Amino acid sequence: MNRIIPIIRKEFIHIRRDFRTLIIIFIMPVAQLLMFGYAINMEIQNITLAVIDHSESPASRDLIRAFAGSKFFTVRHFDGGESRVGALFQNRQARIVLIIPQDFAATIARPVATKVQALIDASDSNAAQAIRNYADAILQTYNAGRGLAAPFEVQTTIQYNPTFKSTYFFVPGLVALILIMISALLTSVAIAREKETGTMEQILVSPVRAREIIIGKVVPYILLAFMDGVIVLLVAHFWFKVPIIGSVALILGAALVYVFVALALGLFISTLAHTQQVAMMAALIISMLPSIMLSGFFFPVASMPKVLQWITYVVPAKYFLLIVRGIMLKGNTLAQIGTPLLVLLGMGIILTIISTKKFKTTL
Amino acid sequence: MSEIITIQNFGKSYGKIRAVEGLTLAINSGELFGLIGPDGAGKTTTMRTLCTLLPLEEGQMQLAGFEVRRDVAAIRSILGYMPQRFSLYPDLSVEQNLLFFADLFGVSAAEKKKRLPQLYHFSKLEPFKNRLAKQLSGGMKQKLALSCTLIHTPKILILDEPTTGVDPVSRREFWQILQQLRDDGVTILVSTPYMDEALLCNRVAFMHKGKVLALDDPRLITKHFPHTLYEVATPAPQLLVPYFKTAHACESVQIFGDRLHVSFAAPLADAMLKSVVQSAPQPVIEMRQIAPGIEDTFMALMKNRISPQP
Repeated sequence: MNRIIPIIRKEFIHIRRDFRTLIIIFIMPVAQLLMFGYAINMEIQNITLAVIDHSESPASRDLIRAFAGSKFFTVRHFDGGESRVGALFQNRQARIVLIIPQDFAATIARPVATKVQALIDASDSNAAQAIRNYADAILQTYNAGRGLAAPFEVQTTIQYNPTFKSTYFFVPGLVALILIMISALLTSVAIAREKETGTMEQILVSPVRAREIIIGKVVPYILLAFMDGVIVLLVAHFWFKVPIIGSVALILGAALVYVFVALALGLFISTLAHTQQVAMMAALIISMLPSIMLSGFFFPVASMPKVLQWITYVVPAKYFLLIVRGIMLKGNTLAQIGTPLLVLLGMGIILTIISTKKFKTTL
Repeated sequence: MSEIITIQNFGKSYGKIRAVEGLTLAINSGELFGLIGPDGAGKTTTMRTLCTLLPLEEGQMQLAGFEVRRDVAAIRSILGYMPQRFSLYPDLSVEQNLLFFADLFGVSAAEKKKRLPQLYHFSKLEPFKNRLAKQLSGGMKQKLALSCTLIHTPKILILDEPTTGVDPVSRREFWQILQQLRDDGVTILVSTPYMDEALLCNRVAFMHKGKVLALDDPRLITKHFPHTLYEVATPAPQLLVPYFKTAHACESVQIFGDRLHVSFAAPLADAMLKSVVQSAPQPVIEMRQIAPGIEDTFMALMKNRISPQP
């Protein structure tokens, strides 16, 4: 066991002298967080709305004012008639066209349903959905302002992220993604490098045991990956103002378990890869793709085809995402995140056992 | 002398390729033993198996009384092994490399204090101890690698082509160190492609296609040469090769620098020799019988695949 310390010490010398690794460890996560935090913004503002107003009455102008008054829409009047609506979309001069009929003022005064038409450019379907929701909301407010009561009312209260801030949504996903990427990448490359340069041959001929090499190799990266997790959380909380409603200690504890799974994954990859190149590619593909596509980070697991849903059960990021979102946004306690945490722990243990078995002390 | 390394009927295949076939060898304690042979002869496979780096599947191997198949940990602690590829940590300094291997082999602090100056002394690396390994010259790298394999004072040293690609001066220096280690009682098994280095060994085994073709004192190994050898001095050695090959029933023709080495099954009579010289299509300055060198012997053995004479 006393051979573990020298291996750890040596690994730290490598890390200190290898500038590229340092950059990967400390710059990449922050850069990614800033990129995602700023560039990907799911809130849409300044949507150009073209109005074809056949009514031209005080009532119709009221309605238009309701749209112009919101921060989501920029209103432009359009006199070309319905036949040229297609051209408006084609030339990207509008993303939504509102057509107010001639009898708008007359019908709205009577207690019957009044129709206005909204045409939405759905070439970006997510945006179209959002635009429709905004328009609906404005129309509802408009109706309410006129004292028109609907037969019943649905009151929706949005909890945990009432203003739909996208950073709330991205940060937990990013923590999950960055931690698994960094950990799997670093461990697998660190071991593959020794195989590639032949130093593994030199180590293996010593009385050192497989588990001593593995522990010595993994411990430094547990520390580094954990530090990364802390950095990402600090930036998320203090820069992007993402709340941490639950216990910080609980998040850190869960992060440690998750890092352990990720490192075990890297270890497993390194038992298969013999060059740094292969290890790097394998680590990125195995860690990154499932963590983005199949974890519920962007796409809800429930809406995936059955086969993909089954695959998500072995994606560690899925469980960590549940945990982090739960703790940060909902204030979950240990009892509430117990199951996903245990699944992660089990995954890590199984991967470590397989890797240690596969890691031969012969060539 | 007692045998410290014994190999009986060792065989090894990589898929369909037979790397080593029925190898039997015994190396004496305190001996500097050379393994010589072309690439693919099975030298590295044999060495790696001895070092417990490759599983021993066929045959038996013992090192200092330990079974290779069973006593892996014990063998690894008394053995120093230097692989063919230079494999130290390029981003660690000379001293960091040495200390890392010392720790790996569990060398005590007191032992380290004693051992380090000794290693610095023979390797002359002391002035460079803070230099990164990647900044060392080829010869210094080899000496550092050797020092790292010696840090735990092994009884047996196995070196796989340690001087390949090293300049002649460093090579000589390296072999002086090996001889000194041998004199200190370390048993050394070394493979080399250089015939001049083979001469510095106590005994050499010539391996080819997984078999030992000859095993002897390097100065005596030439007695395994099965023919009579003539050296031909000529301004055009290349042009004379086909002449010797076809015109006369000789055993082999080899170009050695600016000369030809031609061997015949039996010594030529004077008259015959004369006629060979005179009927040559190119001028022959001189043709005389010489004693075969190690290289001639190996070439001939490789060609004829003659089993070693007991």
